[in-house]
Amino acid sequence: MANAFNLTRTEQDGAVILALSGYLDAHTAPQFERAIEVEFSGGHTKMIADCAGLDYISSAGLGVFMSFIEDIRAAGGDIKLCAIVPQVYQVFDVLGFPEIFDIVDAQAAALERFRSGAATKEV
Amino acid sequence: MPSFDFLLQVPSSTDNLAMIRDFVAKVGEKAGFDEKEVTKLALAVDEACSNVIEHAYGGNNANKEVRVRGSFDAEQVVVEVVDTGRGFDPGQIPVKDVEQLVRERRSGGLGWRLIRSIMDEVQYQMVPGEKNELRMVKKIRKGA
Repeated sequence: MANAFNLTRTEQDGAVILALSGYLDAHTAPQFERAIEVEFSGGHTKMIADCAGLDYISSAGLGVFMSFIEDIRAAGGDIKLCAIVPQVYQVFDVLGFPEIFDIVDAQAAALERFRSGAATKEV
Repeated sequence: MPSFDFLLQVPSSTDNLAMIRDFVAKVGEKAGFDEKEVTKLALAVDEACSNVIEHAYGGNNANKEVRVRGSFDAEQVVVEVVDTGRGFDPGQIPVKDVEQLVRERRSGGLGWRLIRSIMDEVQYQMVPGEKNELRMVKKIRKGA
């Protein structure tokens, strides 16, 4: 039965990379929420959510991105998302997330967007 | 084609969402949905059950039960989610665009939006003092 969620943290070029894997639902979203909270309260505002290993997301997981993004951007940072697999991307797409979040193909591209100071999307 | 009926009853806990998704996915597979449709069906039911656990029952509660009934025939899959908690009026769920929710640092109503975008028919019925029932229908599109 599939309900495990794992989160691995690394840092590169001043950005925190959170590699998400498994299932992000109402049961596991609090774990992700705490991780973002810890980063943000620790002064880390440049974050990359690497979704390559993420098999599933429900609105509870999407809600974590939504509830933090304004504060993180107001502090000069961003959460960039990368490597989203098609079955997860379709959920982001249904809700219009590509209009709001900076979504790129790979971690390297997300890092490059932080390096180049590419403008975050305006809400 | 005859109709087939399946029933899952679990204690109200987010820990059981995976079991609910697996159950609904199996029903979707048996009905003939492809992998993409199965995933969407399981997501809609996950959202419905998450709402029940969080809002109808006010959080995890081992003494409360979430009942999921899945059935299908040649035309459609029907999933009913039944609880005995606090009901709600779907008409009262604010329809805000995602940009507005982000500005307000809110995420409420997303699950309901997903359910409505995935399922072909959604009906909610409150039977006061007895139960609340969310009935969701997804048509089987041959060759889709």
